[in-house]
Amino acid sequence: MTESTTREIERSHMSVTDEAAVQITQMNKWFGTFHVLRDINLTVYRGERIVVCGPSGSGKSTLIRCINRLEEHQTGRIIVDGTELSSDIKNIDRIRSEVGMVFQHFNLFPHLTILENCTLAPIWVRKTPKREAEEIAMQLLEKVKIPEQANKYPGQLSGGQQQRVAIARALCMKPRIMLFDEPTSALDPEMIKEVLDTMIELAEEGMTMLVVTHEMGFAQAVANRVIFMDQGQIVEQNEPREFFRNPQSDRTKLFLSQILGH
Amino acid sequence: MTDATSGGSFYRIEMLPPQPPPQQQTAAIKWLKDNLFSSPLNIVLTLISIWFVWSVLNRLVPWLWFSVWDAGSLAECRAIMDERLGEGVRSACFAVITDRWQQLVFGFYPKEGYWRPPTALTVFFVAIAPVLFTQLPRKMLWFSLVAPFLIYTLLWGGSIWGPVRVGLGFVLAWVVFRFLSQFMTGFVASAGSLLAAVIYWIFVDVHLSSVRSALIPIGLPAVKSENFGGFTLSIVIGLSAIMLSLPLGILLALGRKSDMFIISKLSIIFIEVIRGVPLIVWLFTAQLLLNYFLPKETNFDLMLRIIIMVTLFSAAYLAEVIRGGLAALPRGQYEAADALGFDYWKSMRLIILPQALKISIPGIVNSYIGLFKDTTLVVFIGMYDPIGLARSIRASTDWNGVYWEIYVFIALIFFIFCYAMSRYSLYLERKLQRDQR
Repeated sequence: MTESTTREIERSHMSVTDEAAVQITQMNKWFGTFHVLRDINLTVYRGERIVVCGPSGSGKSTLIRCINRLEEHQTGRIIVDGTELSSDIKNIDRIRSEVGMVFQHFNLFPHLTILENCTLAPIWVRKTPKREAEEIAMQLLEKVKIPEQANKYPGQLSGGQQQRVAIARALCMKPRIMLFDEPTSALDPEMIKEVLDTMIELAEEGMTMLVVTHEMGFAQAVANRVIFMDQGQIVEQNEPREFFRNPQSDRTKLFLSQILGH
Repeated sequence: MTDATSGGSFYRIEMLPPQPPPQQQTAAIKWLKDNLFSSPLNIVLTLISIWFVWSVLNRLVPWLWFSVWDAGSLAECRAIMDERLGEGVRSACFAVITDRWQQLVFGFYPKEGYWRPPTALTVFFVAIAPVLFTQLPRKMLWFSLVAPFLIYTLLWGGSIWGPVRVGLGFVLAWVVFRFLSQFMTGFVASAGSLLAAVIYWIFVDVHLSSVRSALIPIGLPAVKSENFGGFTLSIVIGLSAIMLSLPLGILLALGRKSDMFIISKLSIIFIEVIRGVPLIVWLFTAQLLLNYFLPKETNFDLMLRIIIMVTLFSAAYLAEVIRGGLAALPRGQYEAADALGFDYWKSMRLIILPQALKISIPGIVNSYIGLFKDTTLVVFIGMYDPIGLARSIRASTDWNGVYWEIYVFIALIFFIFCYAMSRYSLYLERKLQRDQR
């Protein structure tokens, strides 16, 4: 396992409130007849940083994609930021503009410059004046350390740079929750660190984060809860130190031994 | 020493600096040898090709070079050739073009109005320029909005107030839309604005219009659609259909991919039915059947019917081309747009369509070129496009027997238009090439 994130971050000031940011109760989802998510119960508190791990096909990506309704759940309830996800399009659009998402394959808009990628949603969804949106975008590009690329197109950037732009693009909407769907899985090893550093910085600022990742170093350093999923179920969840040192279920032990044991 | 070896292992001490590539030998002889005479088979193919090109040019060049440009009839033309080239030697007689070009270009358009179609075409090019070339000042787009009404008045003439009335309806619709969209969804607002325009056209403006034309009688002499002919006809039908079919094609493509059952099924039926039947059948439908179904007293202009039919036909093809572009986009683009909170229309307009249309450019222009040439089919429903006029020129006593020259001329004009479209599409593809590393 890559130990690209060895820095243990200062957590004392990162307060977790008891206000629920996302509340999922008895949620089930099927793809056709395949039961991908089974009886999911999960509450994410504001300020929490949760890492979701598990073998491929375990439903972890599907789970976080349900939170902004890129996937539709069939039974149970999902309440995001006080609003229940239903088929009401207005509600969905509002939730989506409050929940930022970073994808495995970045999904930047290739026909727009980096700056335009970052300002498009604030201008058209939030109705922010263009000048203001550009100022905010430049600040955030500064934060992810690529302000000098603002006028290039995504195709001219490296994978790590593109993923940092994707993070900045999501942050431009001033989201209250950030979802990361395997943000480093498509990157070369040399670029993983720069993306993780950006995410750590975000965590230090107290952002509520749900991260699907295989970067166990990141989980140990940043998360305050690790969730292990298998076969569409939450098999185990614990705070990271206990989770890695003292896994309870056999399935978790097997998984950890496979990814950490070499 | 740049590396160190010990046993089987190796490690580099100094990194190598980059060096220029080796010089290419670019002598002409070497090129010929490599490309044309590299093997016996290649030599034979080269010789056959040279012979073929030579024998074509051997006929064509003298035919064009010794062509006659000044004569009143084919007989005169032949007399000049006999005198210049010797008895029985023939060359091109382009005198038929110099004698009859006005007919080929304008059809039966009134002579004193010959300035109007070229002016309309110029207006069209000025209006389309800022759309085609984004580096032109954006203010020109205001002219583009007015241009359709100007072009209509130039071509068909009549009182200026007719087009003004239509234009005012659109302005009203836009104002109502801006007002309504503040507190309604885009769909309801556009429906409301359309309703406002229709009410204005049908109930409000009917009386105003006659008053205005009585008070300020500005306008050009009216020209009937029957008098359109030649390239004027082809270009008016072709360009109208090109302009109108793109938005319709986009809507059909989106409709076909829509989640809404009825919309998607209707789009599929429309596209498949229109595409599944030859254009010529649709033209006959426009000419004969529509009149049969419409109430007796409605006098629905034939040319308008043709333009609508050609537009629908072309839109069905464009829809499929654009659907290909939409399908070629990775799903991540749709998801990223959704995740940022864009609603359907905004994500289509700002994110999906700009990319899908870019992918579709070669296909779209291909359809356009086909459509433009297909306008010559109107000859079969009794309209005098260039082909129809060529026939009637050849039927006249003066030019009976002329074949190639007229068709060469027609082909040349069509080629200029089609080649221009093709070059523009290449230019646009290069300009939109954004993912070079």
